Amino acid sequence: MIQIINTGVANIRSLQAAFDRLEAEWNLTDDASLIESSSHVVLPGVGAYSAAVEQVDALGVREVIVERIRSGRPTLCICLGMQMLGQSSGESPGVQGLGILPCEIKRFSNDVKVPQLGWNTVTPDPNATHKFYEAGEAYFANSFRLVEPPDASTGWNFAATDYGGSFVSSVWKDQVLACQFHPELSGPWGQQLLKNWIAGGPS
Amino acid sequence: MLKARIIPCLDVNDGRVVKGVKFQNLRDAGSPEELAAHYEEQGADELVVLDVSATRQARLAMLETVEIVRKQLSIPLTVGGGVGSVEDAGRLLNAGADKVSINSAAVRNPDLVNEMAQRFGAQCTVVAIDAKMTDGQFQVLTRSGTEAETLDAVAWAGEAQQRGAGEILLTSFDRDGTRSGYDLPMLTAVTNACSLPVIASGGANNVAHMVEAFEHGAHAVLAASIFHDGNMTVNDVKRELAHQGISTRTLVS
Repeated sequence: MIQIINTGVANIRSLQAAFDRLEAEWNLTDDASLIESSSHVVLPGVGAYSAAVEQVDALGVREVIVERIRSGRPTLCICLGMQMLGQSSGESPGVQGLGILPCEIKRFSNDVKVPQLGWNTVTPDPNATHKFYEAGEAYFANSFRLVEPPDASTGWNFAATDYGGSFVSSVWKDQVLACQFHPELSGPWGQQLLKNWIAGGPS
Repeated sequence: MLKARIIPCLDVNDGRVVKGVKFQNLRDAGSPEELAAHYEEQGADELVVLDVSATRQARLAMLETVEIVRKQLSIPLTVGGGVGSVEDAGRLLNAGADKVSINSAAVRNPDLVNEMAQRFGAQCTVVAIDAKMTDGQFQVLTRSGTEAETLDAVAWAGEAQQRGAGEILLTSFDRDGTRSGYDLPMLTAVTNACSLPVIASGGANNVAHMVEAFEHGAHAVLAASIFHDGNMTVNDVKRELAHQGISTRTLVS
């Protein structure tokens, strides 16, 4: 069973529809014990950074999520869910992220249209230790992003995308996968990514 | 880099897709779920579903249509038409829309743009602008083109951006359904005045029209008739755009 964390601000119908198409059972939850014990957990998020972080704290699930991710258990973080892995975001100064990645999330430069809305190419780092997906085109809807790839010594792998310069469009380590893009809106490629994450790797 | 987007549009009245000329003389063009699946298969990058219903009963049917379309669609879905409040938008998002477009209600009450952006995020707040050339200006129209406003489309697009919108859906009333090409002067004026992605709409009849729109600053093009009539598939369009040096999402088959 996939537990989708009810961050409240996320529109998750398309994610649920994607799991339905894969015949993967899901449940929307704010129960810390389910988030701790379930095989698979999704941290979704759209909207404002502060609202999403506040909701995680209001539900009292911050520690449980951090612990899952640190121990590499199957966890999928989407869009704002990925940004929350950082220390903080330029979108909401002073709000403390989950602090798993030692980085700050920053707004795109003014040289490009913001938000980035549409399809862009996602290219996994050739040095990645393992992969959940091959290079492909994904749907993005974001104004902020992670710029610097995590240091290889941390064990985190990454994929890059170009929008007014390169940014980190996905990171993964063990069975934890975080995507700035929306796999649930990324056509057959995104559907295959979700399938691979559920299965624990490419099939 | 970001790809040019091709967006088929379904105008839906009481659960059926319809298409008219200059927003009038609607004729039946099929079922929303069948057309949605069909266009996704052809390589559509997104789908826009606009509720053009006139009755309350038909409006309620829209939520059901959105739910059915969402179930099968693995690309983004924008829904609009008759959205009057944040609550209306919330219901559509809850039914499965990824983005909600607001039009007449936002002109009446511009704070609706701020409220939607704050509640749901800029990325799901689309401001739809219908406009026509009047005395050298692009005059905003509301209520399906029936009411002329004392509002300039270029100024309104800029204001929508300030208020937190994430995207502009720009429809030319003069060109809608006429197959004479997008309104390029209007497109240029709006894309120059506002830094949001702009979807060009109204008047497409061939790929050359779409190329023109991209060259005049559009981030995406919306089309209905040319796809509904089956003269051309989305993939045909993309293949042709590639020859013209415009990069789109490629269909993996």
